[in-house]
Amino acid sequence: MEPASRLDHNHELSIKDFPYIVRWRDDRCKRCGRCTAVCPMLSIEPAVVVKRVVQSEGLTPEPKAVRYTTTMVKQTTNIERYCIGCGTCTLVCPNEAIEPEYNPRHKFNFHKNKGGHPYRRGGRRNDPMPSTLDRLRFTRISMLTDPALDAGRHEFRIRTYLGRILPAEELPVIMVNGKLEVDKTSGKFIPPVREIYPVMIGSMSIGALSPTMWEGLAMGITYLNEVEGMPVVMCSGEGGMPHRLLKSRFLKYFIPQIASGYFGWDEIVRALPHMIEDPCAIEIKYGQGAKPGDGGLLMAHKVLKLISEIRGVPMGVDLPSPPTHQTQYSIEESVAKMIQSMSMAWGFRVPVYPKISGTRTAKAVLNNLVRNPYAAGLSIDGEDGGTGAAYNVSMDTMGHPIASNIRDCYHDLVAQGKQNELPLIASGGIGKKGNLAANAAALFMLGASAVSIGKYIMQAAAGCFGDEMNRCNVCNLGKCPRGITTQDPKLYRRLDPDVVAERVVEVYKSLDIELKKIFAPMGRSTELPIGMSDGIGTDDHAIAERLHISYVC
Amino acid sequence: MCRLAAITSNEYFSPIENIAALETMKEGHDGSGMGLVLKTLGGEFEELKDHPILSGICSKNGLHTLDEYMNKLGFKLKYAWTPRTKPVKGIVPRDYYFARVYDYPDVYKDRPLEEKEDLLLKTRLALRKLGETDESIIVFSFYPDILTLKEVGDPLELCEFFGLEKSPLKAKIILAQGRQNTNYAINLYACHPFFIQGYGSMTNGENTAFVPIREFLMSRGFPGYLGYNSDSEVFCHILHYTCKKLGYPLTYYKDVITPLKQSEIDKRTDSEVARLLKVSLRPLCIDGPNCVIAFTPDGTCFMVQDAKKLRPGAVGGVKGKYGLMSEECGLDSVVPARDKSQDIFPMKFDMVIIKPGAEEVTVWNQLHG
Ligand code: SF4
Ligand code: SF4
Repeated sequence: MEPASRLDHNHELSIKDFPYIVRWRDDRCKRCGRCTAVCPMLSIEPAVVVKRVVQSEGLTPEPKAVRYTTTMVKQTTNIERYCIGCGTCTLVCPNEAIEPEYNPRHKFNFHKNKGGHPYRRGGRRNDPMPSTLDRLRFTRISMLTDPALDAGRHEFRIRTYLGRILPAEELPVIMVNGKLEVDKTSGKFIPPVREIYPVMIGSMSIGALSPTMWEGLAMGITYLNEVEGMPVVMCSGEGGMPHRLLKSRFLKYFIPQIASGYFGWDEIVRALPHMIEDPCAIEIKYGQGAKPGDGGLLMAHKVLKLISEIRGVPMGVDLPSPPTHQTQYSIEESVAKMIQSMSMAWGFRVPVYPKISGTRTAKAVLNNLVRNPYAAGLSIDGEDGGTGAAYNVSMDTMGHPIASNIRDCYHDLVAQGKQNELPLIASGGIGKKGNLAANAAALFMLGASAVSIGKYIMQAAAGCFGDEMNRCNVCNLGKCPRGITTQDPKLYRRLDPDVVAERVVEVYKSLDIELKKIFAPMGRSTELPIGMSDGIGTDDHAIAERLHISYVC
Repeated sequence: MCRLAAITSNEYFSPIENIAALETMKEGHDGSGMGLVLKTLGGEFEELKDHPILSGICSKNGLHTLDEYMNKLGFKLKYAWTPRTKPVKGIVPRDYYFARVYDYPDVYKDRPLEEKEDLLLKTRLALRKLGETDESIIVFSFYPDILTLKEVGDPLELCEFFGLEKSPLKAKIILAQGRQNTNYAINLYACHPFFIQGYGSMTNGENTAFVPIREFLMSRGFPGYLGYNSDSEVFCHILHYTCKKLGYPLTYYKDVITPLKQSEIDKRTDSEVARLLKVSLRPLCIDGPNCVIAFTPDGTCFMVQDAKKLRPGAVGGVKGKYGLMSEECGLDSVVPARDKSQDIFPMKFDMVIIKPGAEEVTVWNQLHG
């Protein structure tokens, strides 16, 4: 009889408390050790156990208990090393002997706060339910009165504008001999406007992303621009960009981001005189959908040589960005001055727009921007947006869904007659269920001029394991098993930037076809159907009412 | 798909000619309605050119309300025209079809045209609102030298109903549409042609970009941009917005509704402006198949097509008289003695423009600007 203290294991967790239970099959395992070697969390380990079997060898039953020692793969119950369900073990197992299984009755959130540290992670809101966007359908099909277009044959123009657009009434045009001409003497400032593909790659920094991932994305969009003629643009995220890129002609496909830590901007400003192209735009980050009110954080173990060079900081230190731009206080000052100084830095040739997290107060920011002639747009990141590192509580409970946020802002612009003047960029959960084209098209019809994707492209182009059942999501730890969000060369060398680039191109080409497949039957091909709200419907009465679209059942 | 028949001439002619043309294109409309807009009027209106004409329909009660309202504003009735209707099977007659010619209120007599136009527009909208709920007053236009007639039914039967054959009613420009009722309930406000402050238009096709265009127009802060019982009304208002509000030359209407690709814009001499317009007026870009026939205040008539799917449309005639029709048979009916080889079938870049007085036809090509 063992003492009671040994039997109850009272302060230990049971495997049943964990979100993923590793199913290991003794009969298939050949003990090669690949899974334990590759596990990013060290959740599984080789173990030596004693087994007892009852055997009988003769013609008549003569049962005998035999004890023997054997090896197995064991899952730990140490919460610091919890299995994240990534499935990397499954990926490397030659015999299909191991697989994590989701445990819906887990108690992970009760326990993941050792040392008083709340749970932090990467990824997006853990809500596997379909979002509002996934509940919208395209219900206006042109039939007899307007025979549908042919997505394969007709010419489609899937483009949008990024930049402040002057209303026609304010354009400095004059009539000369029956033709209109730009009045060069008027001195009127015509803000820069870029024509871009309406699905952008959103801000993910070098630092949050591995060098191979960032390079892959950058190569992919460059190829799309230069070879496929698709003007897809990408935002750098906070933390600067490689020098080589800053001084290259490819800079025009990128949107450098300035955030509250101003990381990387010393280097960008120093590179200014050497730039041979203007960047596509500048994004000023005020907030992020995944963690409203929180600044960025790049953990010390991610700050290696390349990052320290680009950001202009020492290696191996935590790089927190404050939640707000600390040098400025009011919205007027913060937004107006930053927009103006950024515009001035590039001689007012580059559109500058702020990005905020989805919020009920988005309209206040919007109205401030409407009155600022230099504001080039407003990017709103909804609660389903992803991040490299944040508190779980921020990610799961803070923020505003993008659909009604965009719709309200669009209606606000319409009420002022300025719906074409200040483009709205929507992001946060687009393609969450894999329906990239449908989600993007729905947002255009709700009033967005463009949308921005992040998590989706990581999943589609680099096979990111993360999902809304909290699979993987250790992007903050620098242990990314796919090599996407890590600065550890052992890990990021797993990711081939050429393959990422190829996938980016494939994703965009198929997205383009899918968008046409949506627009063609709706009879839309000449302009992006921004605000075409009669095109969408939903089977949810409350959503229909809230978004002012039709209810269908 | 509706059928359209427009005629412009240097001599007065009867709307019967338009109706006869519509009759030749009968397969294309289902007799669900007809609209006529007459510009540069002859007959009894010839002497009244400077006086605004209120065209519409009202009930007995409605007429009372209307008179009271007009009196209150100080408009003095100068002449009242009403068609001599006769019963025709299938047409439900309404109480009173009218075209009433007024004198401006005294205080407005010497005001500039702009102010008079605003007064006329506001008055029309107020009357529309007064009679909207009970349909006691329906007003189509209130403008000098413009007369509008609309009713539900087959064009030929309506012609008989309104007694147009014997009527001296004549004009130099007439737009007529035979309606194919499709997705909207029959409502006379949804019936083409549409008219606003000197600009008239009619369209056949479907405008799939209707909702954003409507939102854009309605948010311009101009009281006349409302109604939109038909998705085609926006074509008329875009024309008004482009030429009157923005003051652009007519051909830019084409650039607004069907902007060119950047590579095409680059080849235009006014490329800088064309690009700015494309960006600033993006919400007015139309979509879907559409053929637009319209006139402007000076009596210029034109036809344009959408940028892709194109609806049928033909322009032809002789110096002094041209037809702008959905189909060639309509031209045969109106100007049989023309040189058919000169007929024009506008394609996606073309704007066929007929100068006032039907003097000559030009085809403006958008690519060349
Ligand atoms: S699923 Fe991932 S974390 Fe879990 S045991 Fe396998 S490799 Fe380790
Ligand atoms: S695969 Fe990498 S990027 Fe994706 S969730 Fe896991 S750690 Fe994050």
